[in-house]
Amino acid sequence: MDKLVMKSAGWMLIALLALTGFALSQDPGYSVHMVIIGLAALIAMGAGMKGADYAALARGALNMPADQGLYDDDPVRWGVIATVFWGLAGFLVGLFIALQLAFPALNLGLEYTSFGRLRPLHTSAVIFAFGGNALIATSFYVVQRTCRARLALPKMARFVFWGYQLFIVLAATGYVMGVTEGKEYAEPEWYVDLWLTIVWVCYLLVFGGTIIKRREPHIYVANWFYLSFIITIAMLHIVNNLAIPVSIFGSKSYSAFAGVQDALTQWWYGHNAVGFFLTAGFLAMMYYFVPKQAERPVYSYRLSIIHFWSLIFLYIWAGPHHLHYTALPDWAQTLGMVFSIMLWMPSWGGMINGLMTLNGAWDKIRTDPIIRMMVMALAFYGMSTFEGPLMSIKAVNSLSHYTDWTIGHVHSGALGWNGMITFAALYYMTPRLWGRTRLYSLRAVNWHFWLATIGIVLYAAAMWVAGIMQGLMWREYGADGYLVYAFSEVVSAMLPMYLIRATGGLLYLSGAIIMAWNIWMTIAGKLRDEKPMRDAAFDPAKDHPLPAATAIPAA
Amino acid sequence: MSLYDTLRHFADSWGLVFMGVLFLTFIGWTFRKGASARHRDAAHMIFEDHHNG
Repeated sequence: MDKLVMKSAGWMLIALLALTGFALSQDPGYSVHMVIIGLAALIAMGAGMKGADYAALARGALNMPADQGLYDDDPVRWGVIATVFWGLAGFLVGLFIALQLAFPALNLGLEYTSFGRLRPLHTSAVIFAFGGNALIATSFYVVQRTCRARLALPKMARFVFWGYQLFIVLAATGYVMGVTEGKEYAEPEWYVDLWLTIVWVCYLLVFGGTIIKRREPHIYVANWFYLSFIITIAMLHIVNNLAIPVSIFGSKSYSAFAGVQDALTQWWYGHNAVGFFLTAGFLAMMYYFVPKQAERPVYSYRLSIIHFWSLIFLYIWAGPHHLHYTALPDWAQTLGMVFSIMLWMPSWGGMINGLMTLNGAWDKIRTDPIIRMMVMALAFYGMSTFEGPLMSIKAVNSLSHYTDWTIGHVHSGALGWNGMITFAALYYMTPRLWGRTRLYSLRAVNWHFWLATIGIVLYAAAMWVAGIMQGLMWREYGADGYLVYAFSEVVSAMLPMYLIRATGGLLYLSGAIIMAWNIWMTIAGKLRDEKPMRDAAFDPAKDHPLPAATAIPAA
Repeated sequence: MSLYDTLRHFADSWGLVFMGVLFLTFIGWTFRKGASARHRDAAHMIFEDHHNG
């Protein structure tokens, strides 16, 4: 009982501190955030008191050990739901800002709904809210099953989940209000960064703690990828967000670095956010869920280890390719380019390893739509990790940089690789987590697959055309040495491509809505009565030897 | 020499050698004798969990 009182008092204290922050606040964004933090503390206090088992408290039967023979899947279930929810939100905002580019009237004349405010909302919602929740949920799922041990530090695991959601809400509301550090993929302001640091260290403790209490002697390779993702993101996040706040009661801060050092720190962070958040973490999913769904071990375990070390040793140096032809020293630009090109090899090694896991079971691509999704994810992993090194070459970059080609490249990786492997993992986990015999509908997975695939193809193709056209138009000189096209002419030339891109986004969002419905019904325990996915044709009437041959007329 | 110069020269000499040797050691380790059998066991390990897999 004392413990509950102490805890409630702690939450109350946080709420009061938030109220103080609100009272002394220097700007409206900070005030709104203090209200959100205060409300979150009160909700946590209320949940703690409501959920407390008072009878057990009265008996003094505290700290009943959890059944170590069962996996602790509650945070994973919440994570699956959160992933679907934030995915829908992020895709919807993405579609909206794609339409804003085609129809500027959709900026609505309000600062809160302008493209500049909504774009970081979209990128953070899909990367950190959708992708982050998928990573937390799958890592908790995979680490327990590959270590054959129940999650360590269960309370802290719950704190990681809810703390991460609070981070998302603070970041998202901040962007709309214009509270931003202006660093790509690292927009949240200093106090939100500090909060994420606390949550992330707890995440490391839960994940690392589970590995330490493992019952399997070997640490499966998926956990290597998850662990490298967690540790590297911690390092990147802390270094890139070193900043000095103007006031501890205000949302504005200034970076500890200036000029080109700041730019390099930012892109060292930015590219490794791609390398360790969107690549290493999702490769961890690939190395567990693809073999499980295919019911075959990974093609080459040795190759998976070589894949791991090569990514670790190469990725960290690739960031400078974001700063070609800038004030960054030339040798650093070349270093970034060379390491980016070398990265092609481990990336394709990993892709081949994933695809060849299906060796001997290729028929599953036809019969199992979840496998089909995984194969498409790996195909896009291969395509975008080929395109990336290509674009990092200085000569190519001089054409592609600052154009929509970059946007197309990012989305072929994000929609194709991260999105598809996440959907496949969600479809794999949902029936198992809720104890259902199968998904509500496998045919709906097939619909999702095709809608998403056609959506990505439209998106990527439109952005290739738009980007290369844009780059060529920008560099077009006339005979008299003047630029041929004004910026506005380039923008209006891209309108058809923007419309195709928005159509692709609409298809991708539609697929995700079908997934949300499918997962909702699976959780509800319903099974759709449907014809199974096609099996190989068999006609018993034709299953006999040929009768004696009749004479064949000579030609 | 400035701190920048010192670090920079360390990075493209001994630092580079150190990282290169470390990398080759990690890769070479997967080719040690008996590694194949261990890798086979590790790859199959995820299928042993019959009840909660």
